[in-house]
Amino acid sequence: MQEMLSGVPRRAALALALFVAAMLAMPLFAGSYVVSVLVVVLFSAYLGQAWNIMMGFAGQLSLGHALYVGLGAYVSAALFVHFGLPPWIGMLAGMAAAALAGSLIAALSFRFGVTGVYFALLTIAFAEFTRIVFNHFGWVGGSSGLFLPVANLARDDLVNLRGSPAMFYYILLALTLCALALGHLLLRRRVGFYWQAIREDQEAAQALGIDVFRYKIAAVTLSAVMTAIAGALMAFYDNNLYPDTTFAIGRSIDIITAPIIGGLGTLFGPILGAFVLTVLSETMTNLSSAIGINGLKQWIYGATLLAIVMLQPAGLWPWLRARLRLDEAKR
Amino acid sequence: MLTYVSIIVAGLLTGCVYGLMALGLSVIFGVTRIVNFAHGEMMVVGMYAVLVLNQKLGLDPFVMTPVIAAGLFVGGYALQRGLVNRYIARPEHEQFLLLLAVAIMLTSSTLMVFGPDARNVQVDYAYDSYEIGGVLVDKVRLLAALGAVGGVAALWAFFRWTRTGKSIRACADNQVGAQVVGLDVKRLYAVTFGIGAACVGAAGVLLLLLVDVQPYIAADFTLLAFIIVIVGGLGSMPGALLGGLLVGVSEALSGFMVLPSLKSMFSFALLIVVLLVRPQGLLGRRA
Amino acid sequence: MRHRLDRRAFGRGAAATGAWLAAGAWRRARAQPVPLRLGVVLPRSGYEALIGQGCQRGYDIAVPILRDMGYAVELMNADTESKPDVARTQAEKLIREGANMLSGAWDSGQTAALAQVSEQHGVPLVINIGADPKITEQGYRYVFRNFPTAVMLASGALSLIGDLFEATGKTPKTAVLMVVNDTFGQAAQNAFSVLIPKLGMPFRLVETIPYDAQARDLSVEVAKAKAAGAELHLAVTRLNDGILMLREMVKQRYEPMGVISPGAPGFYERQFIKTLGKYAEYCFSNNAWMDPNQELTKTVETVFAKTFPEDPFDLNVGFSFEAVLIAADAHRRAGSVNAQALVEALRATNIGKRVMIGGAIRFDAKGQNVDNRLASLQIRNGRPTVVLPAANAEAKPVFPVPGWSQRT
Repeated sequence: MQEMLSGVPRRAALALALFVAAMLAMPLFAGSYVVSVLVVVLFSAYLGQAWNIMMGFAGQLSLGHALYVGLGAYVSAALFVHFGLPPWIGMLAGMAAAALAGSLIAALSFRFGVTGVYFALLTIAFAEFTRIVFNHFGWVGGSSGLFLPVANLARDDLVNLRGSPAMFYYILLALTLCALALGHLLLRRRVGFYWQAIREDQEAAQALGIDVFRYKIAAVTLSAVMTAIAGALMAFYDNNLYPDTTFAIGRSIDIITAPIIGGLGTLFGPILGAFVLTVLSETMTNLSSAIGINGLKQWIYGATLLAIVMLQPAGLWPWLRARLRLDEAKR
Repeated sequence: MLTYVSIIVAGLLTGCVYGLMALGLSVIFGVTRIVNFAHGEMMVVGMYAVLVLNQKLGLDPFVMTPVIAAGLFVGGYALQRGLVNRYIARPEHEQFLLLLAVAIMLTSSTLMVFGPDARNVQVDYAYDSYEIGGVLVDKVRLLAALGAVGGVAALWAFFRWTRTGKSIRACADNQVGAQVVGLDVKRLYAVTFGIGAACVGAAGVLLLLLVDVQPYIAADFTLLAFIIVIVGGLGSMPGALLGGLLVGVSEALSGFMVLPSLKSMFSFALLIVVLLVRPQGLLGRRA
Repeated sequence: MRHRLDRRAFGRGAAATGAWLAAGAWRRARAQPVPLRLGVVLPRSGYEALIGQGCQRGYDIAVPILRDMGYAVELMNADTESKPDVARTQAEKLIREGANMLSGAWDSGQTAALAQVSEQHGVPLVINIGADPKITEQGYRYVFRNFPTAVMLASGALSLIGDLFEATGKTPKTAVLMVVNDTFGQAAQNAFSVLIPKLGMPFRLVETIPYDAQARDLSVEVAKAKAAGAELHLAVTRLNDGILMLREMVKQRYEPMGVISPGAPGFYERQFIKTLGKYAEYCFSNNAWMDPNQELTKTVETVFAKTFPEDPFDLNVGFSFEAVLIAADAHRRAGSVNAQALVEALRATNIGKRVMIGGAIRFDAKGQNVDNRLASLQIRNGRPTVVLPAANAEAKPVFPVPGWSQRT
């Protein structure tokens, strides 16, 4: 713990502690609607963090992350429905599937020199390809979807992941904080430095003797595995899966907007981004049901994205961090 | 047998229109190296423009093609000059996000103005078809393909023989060199964006005769344009056309021979294979 | 935009109701202890917006009509944006804001999300439309569905097709099935493959052609159907692809004995008829539909025509109206808004005076109404007309149908 906190400005540590305390206390005060919105925020934050490892740290743009969400979700759900396999074990299987897919895509792409925009398009292609395959995959329900047997709400069953939104809230909160810690640790280790070197200038990194190929694959695989965990949780939270929504390109785009808005490559950026976007989205939903113009919500969403890209392209977190003076080293 | 021929012919004709659409993307990327994620959205704007003009003035879509193309040229030029230009040298994800935001705003604007229902243009000859040697050829498809080929040819002539066209090609080949010889790169980039937009607008007019327009089809077409451009080769004009034809025919054939609901899967498979085996595309040059 | 029009038109609805009262067919509204707050969750924006808005009209029109019949219901509306996750959060929001019951959502995916929220919170759900059989196979205790499942739709549609052959004396030997590859389509496809032999249909299904729900053009699919050379064309489509398909059939000069849509949306929608004009004539749609013989149907249709003169009175409206009727009826019998009382009352539902064709509205142990019946509709003179069963028919069916070139 001491080692983790060294080098972190005191103000930042305090702010983080306050944040964690507030989040822990939330469900005790907030109603079920707020909790369910916060669950959406945390999913978004965690997924953003997972994606951020690949893009923000290692600089590889993936636009098909829904693939890993879907694999995590479908593998764990299918095993649960057909074989009664406990969710946490099914999740491991889902993680393995995502790791396999991620490393395969990465290995193939980087071996053939596919980078940058081309790599991004390749990730889209793989996600869409998988979506269509699953639409025809009868064992997991095809396009009519995979239904998990519904929970009786009496108690929260952590082992079988059957329970109230509050239970999922705490699981996701724990995950998000772990991801935060993981990112923090990785950035200070050699692997983190190598990743940042690769992000800044791949050729220079190669010239310095960094095994670029291996480290890029590692970033993709780690990101995929983390994403799959969220996918599995999503399956047990929603209790129904459809390829057209689970693997949708819209989902991939949702995954990346939060970390980019929040601040690419930063630790807290995805979390801030998730809060901002979800609150904006919910506000707009409520507003547009009052005003009733079809499409107004998306327009304001797009305008906000545009504004942030133009005014604060590094993301909101660096700006906020500077404002709150959290980055001044006080030690 | 005849059915196969009919299907391949239909695929080729549709492919021509796809080619024109992808051409705009190819030109933009080939010259400015910006990936236009709002490509499909620009096309949808063009399609709605046709719809409105057709309803108000009763003009046939073919007649309106140059008008729409001109209108979108202005739009594209303004977009590039006003907004996109500052992002030329920025990291890819920022460009992506910028154009994504533009795309979202365009889609939601069309949604706000026109609503979510699918619309199309009814022309008198919408149900006509020719029978040539036992092969059924859809009249509208044929005319659209001819229009598309005409557009591609016009563009090719522009790049080959006009001064501006040659300047743009110079920019694409060597930006620094172009600046050294005194070309106004900023203006040329804007012109390029305008041309790309005009292409996709024209393609949209022709496509409206084949499909219905709805705010949400934009994303599909952006993706399709990318597939075609990558398969054919980014920055190569004949490549875009070839890519379009290939995708058109492969969609048709795979749909017929296997399962129609797997059509898109084959297109994606094609993209994956091309990206891994020959990333510069069939007719592209290695960067 | 559309919603604003609805609100303005709703004011007209009040006037229309007044006129209806004056016509003399009303009962004085009895004072209710606490009105029922019904949370209505529909896709009013997004790609299913048109349909969601159609359903909403059914809900809206129910309130004044039911009020004059002595019920007390208030609507709380929410929009799913055609997405299951939004359906979920909106449902949670409505429950928190005090909804006693939920209703929705037309789309099976969104309805499944609703069912889950409803079950988790113990708030009853009355499904207006949603055909995925799985929804009532999950062991939910709070979910009630008044709409036939895909299996029931397939089975009912097939037996009506058999009736059609009997009524016209013409029997095709072969059939081809074009089916959209979404939740409903897949359920229908599975149902057909089992039911066609099981019900002893006189035709053989020579080919099944699934197509992507987001297909831009169906020329390949229709070419495949034509190449199959079947005499009868069955199509499970939605609205837009239905239009695309028919247009291609005309262009490719593919003229089967008839085009029948068994249980699917699309063929009865106004947009379909308007876009295709003369080519939409004689298309069959076997679906649950409004019963022209029921008093209540005539009442609702009249009020609807006055309130929403530009909009179609179709099964979206009919089933949405019935959903409110079911909710209000249970509320009256329960005498309270307590969830358990409402659930008990819902289980005991038995409504004979209804809008749609079928026996009285009752729910079995799984919460499913198994007694909705289908009618065969044929587009005649630009209007979906009931041609079968004979008891409810408005016209005689025409089969085989005239070729494309013979249309005027």
